[in-house]
Amino acid sequence: MSQTVKLTTPLKDEDILKLKTGDKVLLSGKIYTARDAAHKRLLADLEAGKDSPFELKGSVIYYVGPSPAPPGRPIGSAGPTTSYRMDTYAPTLHSMGVKASIGKGKRGDAVKDALKEHKGVYFGATGGAGALLSQRIVSARVLAYEDLGPEAIRELEVKDFPLLVVNDSFGGELYAKLNV
Amino acid sequence: MRIIETKEIIEVVAATVVEANIKAPDDVLETFNKAYAEESSPAGKEILGQLLENVKLAGETGLPLCQDTGLAVFFVELGTECKVQGDLYAAINEGVRQGYEKGFLRKSCCHPLTRKNTGDNTPAIIHLDLVPGDKLKFKFMAKGGGSENMSRATMLTPAQGWEGIKKFVVNRVAEAGPNPCPPTIVGVGIGGTFDHAPILAKKALFRPLNQKNSDPEIAAMEDELFAAINKLGIGPMGMGGNTTTLGVKIEMAPCHIASLPLAVNIQCHSARVKEVII
Ligand code: SF4
Repeated sequence: MSQTVKLTTPLKDEDILKLKTGDKVLLSGKIYTARDAAHKRLLADLEAGKDSPFELKGSVIYYVGPSPAPPGRPIGSAGPTTSYRMDTYAPTLHSMGVKASIGKGKRGDAVKDALKEHKGVYFGATGGAGALLSQRIVSARVLAYEDLGPEAIRELEVKDFPLLVVNDSFGGELYAKLNV
Repeated sequence: MRIIETKEIIEVVAATVVEANIKAPDDVLETFNKAYAEESSPAGKEILGQLLENVKLAGETGLPLCQDTGLAVFFVELGTECKVQGDLYAAINEGVRQGYEKGFLRKSCCHPLTRKNTGDNTPAIIHLDLVPGDKLKFKFMAKGGGSENMSRATMLTPAQGWEGIKKFVVNRVAEAGPNPCPPTIVGVGIGGTFDHAPILAKKALFRPLNQKNSDPEIAAMEDELFAAINKLGIGPMGMGGNTTTLGVKIEMAPCHIASLPLAVNIQCHSARVKEVII
């Protein structure tokens, strides 16, 4: 049976272990945005021995490139981008303590293996629901790579951010089995 | 000869790109509502409910429907009896520049290899057709990357025919799965040349959802693909269910006796198109 779980970041092993594919999650706390260009630069920086701009241990990375914040709002539209493009980087980040990523769409086998090995999960958020998801973001600030514009790394404070567990840490997968 | 000033074009284009990104077209909203009523999977229904809520919130807050406000794609129809005073292409790009800035829309246009953002969402992709009359028509689409990435073109052999086309299109949608933000709209271009088929497929995406191809034979093919795709069971955002596509649109053109060009352009549920006539 799927359940609704409230979680607060940073995530711990016991948080991850109670999540199963299909569970709904309302996530609160700080999460970090990064997409294609930010991942590339972050991994290169880490490899070069530099510090991560945020604490990787227990962290949640949101694959998003928000639209600019209009006056009076912390952020613009902010729905997930397609995750497979980050598959190259995700296993390394999980090995360094990242607990979860948020995106949309399928993940490759290497990511699923990394979730099992390092106790992680992959959350799906509703793609294209950018105006809706924006309402659950309380604050946003650029942490690193400001020159990347929408692709910069941001720290977001979220409150009850609605997610679904797509891939859990036990090898489960949510997406529909196709009739082909 | 009617004269159109570029100043007017810039204003119209700027307003169009903003409005298209915030307000879902009526036919799309109508189809969302219908899909919500008919969706059999609870998870899929919940997603459709979120999408309806998203449309409402975007309208209320002025935030774009999706954070990916797309590459700016235009199909422009220029009447032969009107003349643009100045550079039409430059005017469209200026309109895009102003609209994306003023509307707080995300600039997603970058160098293909260095990935350096151009900073103003230009250049727009502009297709120009000359048509009879004295009007200037803009068909604008904010085309998102997630769904565009799932699109494909191929060259089939004539022997593969309609069966080959069906197989390719349905397989493409199946492989794309949850990635292009289903429920999708599937644009199919059949015929022409290697370069023309994808243009036909993209053009097809401008046709309102409630409008079939005017050729009854092609309309029947659209119905057949529509049924086959919705039978896949992908459902909204891949959560399972009977709403995988909201519509299949086919455009066809004659081709070489040796060829059967085919293109599938996938459009996400955030189908932001708008037409304006000057
Ligand atoms: S595929 Fe469409 S709805 Fe999904 S994130 Fe991209 S633009 Fe938005």
